Amino acid sequence: MDKPLTRNIKPDGSAASLAEYRAGGGYEGLKKVLAEFAPLEVQRQVKDSGLRGRGGAGFPTGMKWSFVPMGEDAPKTKYLVVNGDEMEPGAFKDRLLLEGDPHQLIEGVAIASYAIQANIAYVFLRGEYRLAADRLRRAIAEAEEHQLLGENILGSGFNLDLRLHTSAGRYICGEETALLNSLEGKRANPRAKPPFPQVSGLFGKPTIVNNVETLCNLPHILRNGVEWYKGLSRTGEPGTKIYGVSGRVERPGAWELPMGTTAREIIEEHAGGMRDGYRLKGYLPGGASTDFLLPEHLDIPMDYGSIAKAGSRLGTGTLILLDDRTCPVRMVLNLEQFFAQESCGWCTPCRDGLPWTVSLLEGLIAGRGRPEDLETLERLCGLLGPGNTFCALAPGAMEPLQSALKHFRADFERYLQPHSISGGVHA
Amino acid sequence: MILNPDEIQAIRQEAGHFPHPSAAAIEALNIAQQGHGWISDELLKEIADVLGMSPAELDSVATFYNLIYRRPVGKRVIHYCNSVSCWMLGAEDNRRHLSEKLGIGLGETTGDGEYTLLPIVCLGACDKAPVLMIGDETHFNVDPAKLDAILGDTGAP
Ligand code: SF4
Ligand code: FES
Repeated sequence: MDKPLTRNIKPDGSAASLAEYRAGGGYEGLKKVLAEFAPLEVQRQVKDSGLRGRGGAGFPTGMKWSFVPMGEDAPKTKYLVVNGDEMEPGAFKDRLLLEGDPHQLIEGVAIASYAIQANIAYVFLRGEYRLAADRLRRAIAEAEEHQLLGENILGSGFNLDLRLHTSAGRYICGEETALLNSLEGKRANPRAKPPFPQVSGLFGKPTIVNNVETLCNLPHILRNGVEWYKGLSRTGEPGTKIYGVSGRVERPGAWELPMGTTAREIIEEHAGGMRDGYRLKGYLPGGASTDFLLPEHLDIPMDYGSIAKAGSRLGTGTLILLDDRTCPVRMVLNLEQFFAQESCGWCTPCRDGLPWTVSLLEGLIAGRGRPEDLETLERLCGLLGPGNTFCALAPGAMEPLQSALKHFRADFERYLQPHSISGGVHA
Repeated sequence: MILNPDEIQAIRQEAGHFPHPSAAAIEALNIAQQGHGWISDELLKEIADVLGMSPAELDSVATFYNLIYRRPVGKRVIHYCNSVSCWMLGAEDNRRHLSEKLGIGLGETTGDGEYTLLPIVCLGACDKAPVLMIGDETHFNVDPAKLDAILGDTGAP
């Protein structure tokens, strides 16, 4: 099984050096791109490959690029920004790539920048990723020394200046327009769209924001071709995916597998199954902002379309497992506390609705719940749902709640009967 | 002046990487925080000056981020992850243990000024939950026994 993204990742967790990266074909994709393809040809190949953004939303990468103005009349300054602000609870895949193979990301950045003709790129990295920052800094310096970044890359005439920006911790910075505000040194509230960043982004110039895993796919697609890339998958959606599992399994971790691998295979074979004495009760397939799925969904392929059909989202592809000895209501409370804290406070439904959600759940757990509270929670799911808030943070926060209310209703209702509050998992 | 010439120089250099100096706000706050531990009002004003921003503008940035401290903190900040996977696997036990051992609650600093205890969101190592960060170092699969060892090593009470 071909694992292009993680093949250089070493079990001891050390970073692949430039020499090691090159030994495995590293920078061949960039060399080929610069020597053989016009920027629009690179865009076309990425569009044909069917690559979708791996940051959580799953938007087709080639299509995103196609909105950037190109040609003679296009603005001279354009930016490529790497979204390395991985802060969604449950997600830890980008860290693996950043720490284990920084050159792969750099090559992906160079290819993407060439495709949209950007000469300046920023890596927006979350502040807590200190090790990743050190390794990336070193790799950037190495790449500059070897003419893989900077002026006249590999003698092609293409220039790219790559800078590392370390942020200071705030989930909303992962939202692409909030990220741009943050990078401009402003408070990180999302921006109104339009204009879209592709036309007017960082400092008002055309800007593409791509996720770390997304960019790491590019060297391989351009080097090995679209057909090869499609062949990596088990379903109609191409490529591999880094899936992860956290929770009460024998071997939590992350693995690069064919797109469309089932949750059952990921949990049972790769993560070693549930720990002794625990049963799977449900799972968030793609991080904290996705809807719960149930054991009956385990055989559904983990790709964007299939998970959507089952009523959730592939998100970041990192599963968080709920076991039968963890209370779903308390788990949802933990998630909502996170979203309430990380709300940027820009729009009222989110700013006020999330703390309200938290206090209703807290009241319920403390034995102060009233039957109508569950209806209020349901109503909040609609009020904070898609279309009612400025950005996707609030709707994302409602996904685990609304699905828990549906799938684990009895657990919520049990809290309404005072005598049972101290029993079972609700102790 | 609280900022020393080296810090001012470092901030100017960061600012030079962007079309507008104010874009280096977080870098500047980080540089100052490294030397001074936290961002006091006076420090904030001086940084704002160097970047050509109003103090209010810079404060709106400084107060927004989890890792910029606008109040004094200890020499080492303990950030324990309280997000879902760590919560499920014992983050709260670790927090309780830390509070008892160090005699401080959340947001508090030990009497000797050594440690401050703060929560943080998912540290991107959920497969090694529970996770916490002490200063620049991240510790994985932490339990109370391991905590004793970690804090013992670093000379805590
Ligand atoms: S939905 Fe929440 S995070 Fe998004 S803009 Fe509104 S307040 Fe900010
Ligand atoms: S939930 Fe603690 S590291 Fe992710």
